[in-house]
Amino acid sequence: MSEAVNQHTEVSYLEYKGRFKGLFAWIFSTDHKRIGLLYLYSMLVLFSVAALLGLAMKIELIAPGKTIMDAQTYNSFFTLHGITMIFLIVVPGLPAVFGNFFLPIMIGAKDVAFPKLNLLSWWIYIIGAFIALSAQFIGDGPPDTGWTFYAPYSFRTGTNMLPAVTGAFVLGFSSIATGINFIVTIHRMRAPGMTWMKMPLFPWALYGTSWIQVLATPIVGVTLLMIVLERTMQIGFFDPALGGDPILYQHLFWIYSHPAVYIMILPAMGVISEIIPTFARKTIFGYKAIVVSTLAIAFVGYFVWGHHMFTSGMSGTALYTFSILTFFVAIPSAIKIFNWVATLHKASIDIQTPFLWALCFLFVFMVGGLSGMVLGALSTNVHLHDTAFVVAHFHFIVFGGTGYAFFGAIHYWYPKMFGKMYDKSWANIGLAIFFTGFNILYLPMFYLGMTGMPRRYYDYVDEFHGPNIVSSLGALLMISGLIIIITNLVRSAKHGEPAVADPWKGKTLEWTVASPPSLENFEEIPTVTKHPYGYE
Amino acid sequence: MNDHQVHIDEHRDDEGAKTGMWIFIFTELLLFGGLFIAYSVYRYLNPLAFHLAAEELDTTLGTINTVILLVSSMTIAMSISAIQYKNKKLTLILMGVTLLLALAFMVNKYFEWSGKISHGIYPGSMTLQEASRGELLFFGLYYAMTGLHALHIVIGMAFIGYVMHLVVKNEVQHDNFVILENSGLYWHLVDLIWIFLFPLFYLIT
Ligand code: HEM
Ligand SMILES: [Cu+2]
Repeated sequence: MSEAVNQHTEVSYLEYKGRFKGLFAWIFSTDHKRIGLLYLYSMLVLFSVAALLGLAMKIELIAPGKTIMDAQTYNSFFTLHGITMIFLIVVPGLPAVFGNFFLPIMIGAKDVAFPKLNLLSWWIYIIGAFIALSAQFIGDGPPDTGWTFYAPYSFRTGTNMLPAVTGAFVLGFSSIATGINFIVTIHRMRAPGMTWMKMPLFPWALYGTSWIQVLATPIVGVTLLMIVLERTMQIGFFDPALGGDPILYQHLFWIYSHPAVYIMILPAMGVISEIIPTFARKTIFGYKAIVVSTLAIAFVGYFVWGHHMFTSGMSGTALYTFSILTFFVAIPSAIKIFNWVATLHKASIDIQTPFLWALCFLFVFMVGGLSGMVLGALSTNVHLHDTAFVVAHFHFIVFGGTGYAFFGAIHYWYPKMFGKMYDKSWANIGLAIFFTGFNILYLPMFYLGMTGMPRRYYDYVDEFHGPNIVSSLGALLMISGLIIIITNLVRSAKHGEPAVADPWKGKTLEWTVASPPSLENFEEIPTVTKHPYGYE
Repeated sequence: MNDHQVHIDEHRDDEGAKTGMWIFIFTELLLFGGLFIAYSVYRYLNPLAFHLAAEELDTTLGTINTVILLVSSMTIAMSISAIQYKNKKLTLILMGVTLLLALAFMVNKYFEWSGKISHGIYPGSMTLQEASRGELLFFGLYYAMTGLHALHIVIGMAFIGYVMHLVVKNEVQHDNFVILENSGLYWHLVDLIWIFLFPLFYLIT
């Protein structure tokens, strides 16, 4: 064991004994680190279930016609898969797990501004999850509208929509609570000397994300509430038969849900901005440009929602405006890619698992972003809307972007969180299999979409058979990779080698405290004098 | 309890607490914002029906409720000054008056709604099903928006009631009253939303 391991006398947050014992010491803990892990474990369970649903859908699509499930089951599978992945995993994901755990440490604070609110937000999350998932088991059958709950189908369908929509509504409060907490934490609790321009980039990304959470979530909240009122009290907000307008639903939904895609991706970009300089052993190139891009994305992201509705019926002017703004919003993302790549230029790179995840991120994120441009152009969009191409686009960017960053983050911070090191060769093997499977799974879907295969159908014509076989086999390979990765992480929590305080030679504050950190993170609040990535 | 726990609980930042409250208030405004958008869109599409339907609402009751809320906003603001002057009794009286006014608002609302319902005007009723699409929307929005607002009144009352309890127990005092300020902020929000609802439903016909 190296000298850094036990130089601190404090017991770690994992061993700390508070008022409660056993499980209660976790589910009633206001410690930001324990709350982060609570989210991590909850999401691990939900993610596994949702991933298996995805696999089942791919198996259904391995051949035309009914393979293992009928149309209605397929519809409810993609709905549940979507609701779980979007509302329960990628939207809260990185902020709730790694934001909670590392935001306070990275800005030199002992906890977030409102620890009790933080715990409450986890409870709301769990309650929301139960309500949403209860839709599967009670009432008249699982919902079948897709995660977008489009009107008028969402109040015409006989299935059990109410709990699904209510659950999503409740989850919004959890998101808002976390957002408020982080904003106030960043404003009020930075360590002495940590000016805004000395703040690491992950906290910056969380700051941008939190504002979106706070300013966009209420809109979807009230929209879902309108669906609830529509179903329960026959108020015709969106039902043409009662005077309402279904297109208005789409507008309100996307006013939230487009910014929500930036809730998903901004923290992912933040993670990558931490991993790259650490392993490149270099200051990040263009720190200020990344900060400004983060804020620009958060801002411009509000004005592009119409690109989901190009075929729904809008005036010509609206179409052009939304299209051009969609192109603008890609610029800051591209700036970030340039900065990351420039950081790698002439660096003496230490190739480790988290770095490999970051590299793979760059690749899939670029494919996802460029396919977004194809969709953002009006003429191509009309051809590709509602096809497998869109599914490939957002899987490359949501699963590829946010998902890869999530796995990158866990491999990066794992030694800090658990005080153990995972088996690096298994981690790399898992990544290689996962990455190969991922591309075999989703690349053919671009092709399928371009040749006309619609999304959200359990069946297709024979012409699409070939690429679908490839895609489904890719899914199997990818899931095998995932199993290796997760097993390795779970196993190492027990059997891994003890980790030192700074295994990667990182420079940000979390690497100055013990692995795992003590309850209060710092024995003494540090004073910051240097830039966060001071390698030179 | 180990002394570290105490450290964390001791962390007190009034400025931070108020910032948090302000941000929360923004989210509430946006929540209503969605409904305001729906209102404007449907008013634009059905000008005549909205005009006719608005005639049915009782402007007097609406005005009384507006006055009630404005006064209650004043009393809660005064209670915040009172606590700073260390006058606990006056603080409690002013908060109590605020609660009574809120109650009066709800009673008023009850009469207004039950009046409408007895005329068969409520979501899903026979009368409305025969009315025009625009009128249907108007009353749907009316019930949804004033209903959501009434819910906020109830939440605000519970919040103020809870803070009163803290004042009684001396946990809110002249040097530690940020939660009272926050309940006041929340109450002003409830008032503010009404200030928009009132003209939209009762005045512009
Ligand atoms: C370069 C930036 C991006 C551009 C130009 C872009 C463009 C688009 C367009 C035009 C659509 C609508 C396609 C259609 O339905 O016809 C779309 C869908 C989608 N995008 Fe992106 N996008 C970008 C980045 C992202 C990011 C960062 C995320 C999330 C992390 C994301 C997630 C999604 C999702 C989930 C959908 C599908 C929604 C549904 O179910 O209909 N996109 N994108
Ligand atoms: Cu979008």
